[in-house]
Order: sequence, then structure tokens, then C-alpha cells
Amino acid sequence: MKRAFVDLHLRLNSKDPTATTRAIQKSAALGYTLISVPSNPQTHPEETEQLRNLCKTAGLDFASRIDLRPRNQNELLVLLRKFRRKFEVVCTLCESKEVARQAAKDRRVDLLNFPLLDYRDRFFDRAEAELASNGLATLEIDVKPLLVLEGPARVRLLSCLRREIQVAKDYHMPVVVSSGVSNLMLLRKPREMAALASLFSLEGVSALEAVSQNPLTIVRRNREKLSGSFVAPGIRLIKEGTDC
Amino acid sequence: MKRIKRRYLALQLDSECVPSQKEFMDAVWGAVTKLYGEYGASLTSFALIHYDAQEKLAVLRTNLAAMDNVRTALASITSVTGKEAAVHVLAVSGTIKALHAQLKA
Repeated sequence: MKRAFVDLHLRLNSKDPTATTRAIQKSAALGYTLISVPSNPQTHPEETEQLRNLCKTAGLDFASRIDLRPRNQNELLVLLRKFRRKFEVVCTLCESKEVARQAAKDRRVDLLNFPLLDYRDRFFDRAEAELASNGLATLEIDVKPLLVLEGPARVRLLSCLRREIQVAKDYHMPVVVSSGVSNLMLLRKPREMAALASLFSLEGVSALEAVSQNPLTIVRRNREKLSGSFVAPGIRLIKEGTDC
Repeated sequence: MKRIKRRYLALQLDSECVPSQKEFMDAVWGAVTKLYGEYGASLTSFALIHYDAQEKLAVLRTNLAAMDNVRTALASITSVTGKEAAVHVLAVSGTIKALHAQLKA
């Protein structure tokens, strides 16, 4: 069966329809079947619907995504309560250890994203991976810094990512590789993204799964949960009526 | 003696400028040496087989063993002659004939 490729982190300016349309068309041309554009809590639902329609025109599937940037644990819980049922993918930007730990153990969080340039603020360690492996959270890695950075900064980033991937592998935690780009020229084909992932020891099938199967699993799981027929994991409402 | 297996890569340059063959190869060599160093670049033993500046198409030959590294280096190219650019792999094959057949298909 042909692999379906996913980019869960395409950063578009929804206020610029021409650039947005071009980016969506380019994603389709590069071989993606599903894309996701991050929203923030202030994003209007109509903008998300507009993006969904643009994707449909280009023959792409679209998954709504929200990026939460809470300051503390309580704020994360409040935001999750408010937005979990409105979006297909929930990503938490972990800028403090407290938030990172709560996000890892909360089953409502799909993706854990860590600041890529400040290595001291990357709280992805063994404790974090253990918590995440018991929950549903997946580690998200953007390839944009790999393309933009040069020299010692890129060397440090690669070494940091390699260590994190090893920790994720040890705890059987899935990894998602996304583009994280807003510039069209930095968009890469899915297999090129997988090739770039080999720089941080995510090779072969694991790299391909990080751009296809792993993100697709998140979207499918959440679509099922958000559908009206969902009762509990594994239980679905098939028929409703007096003769049941 | 063991035969060295080769692979041919058809590449599409995505850029607003039209670089010459030398400028294109400088960008490719630059990316490979930046990522893998001169020793790593020497293991790739790649060569430019064909370059069409107008169509922005190129055919590159490399060792099978070093192909993953070449693909990674090509994906890391962000500029050619100082202008924003990207290099996409269109097809990979063991012979030039099969490569052209893949491109036509």
C-alpha cells in the first residue's frame, strides 16, 4: 500500500490568502496527503474552515491543530479543558519543566514541542519520556532549524536531537518529524524530510514512519474521538433506536 | 574485484535564478562537505552526468553506499549562488535508461 505522508506543522499566514494557497498547492505537489497549520487560542474558527476548504480544493486532507503555550501547569489544564474537543491535534510548547511534565502525562496532549534554539530549555529527558510513554504524547521535531542554522549552532542542535531520539527510542515513544517552515523554499518532500532525520539517528523505516504513520495515527485517533459515535476507546455507537 | 554499485539521481532545482552548471555543482559540493566533511564527500564519488539549466534538471551519479548521505546533503541545500533554492529528488535508478523511463512515467 502506498504511504500517506503528513506534515503537521506548516506555518502559514492565514491573512495572506495568495501565499497560503501557494503553500498548500506546493505541499500537494511535493507529495503530502495531509497537512496541519497551527492555530493559537485567539484564532477564529472561520480561518480554520477557510484553510480546510483551500486544502480540499488542492486535494489535500487538513487537520486542525492548536499550539498551546502555557506559563504553568494550571494554565495548561485550563487550556486543554477549553480546546481539546475543538481541535484534531493539540500541541504543547514546553517552555518550563513544570509544563513539560504535565503535558507528558496528560492523555489529552498529542505533541510535545520543545524550544529548538535554547538547549537549556529542552526538558526532554528520561523522566519526561517515561511519563510520555505511559500517556499518548509524541515528540515533535521541526526540521526548519536544521536548514536555517549553520556551523556550531547546527552541530549543537544535532547532538541534542540525537540524544533525545535515543531517549525516545529507549522508552518506545513515537516521534513526529514536521517541517515547521513558513518559507516556501524551505519545504521539502517527505522522503527528503526522512533523509534529514537520519542526521539525528532516526533512520530507515523509523524516519519514514515519523513523516507518515505516526502523525497519521494521531489524527485518526482524534478524529474518532471527536466523531459523534465515539463512546470510549474501542466502543462506538453503531445504531440508535428502540429496536436495539 | 567486487563491482561498485552506482545510483543515478534525477534532480529538480527549485529556484528563481538560473544557475550555471558550475554554480549548481558548487552548491551540491558545499552541502556535502558542510555536512560530512571532505572525507565523507570523497566517499560519495559523485559526478554530474547531465545538467539542463533552462529546465533546471540535473542527473547525478553516486555510490549506492553513500546515497543516503547524498540525499540528506541535497535536502539541506537552501541557496545556490546566494539566492534561495531547494533541490528535490525526482527519481532514483540503477541505470540512466531506467531513470529516463521513470521520469517519463
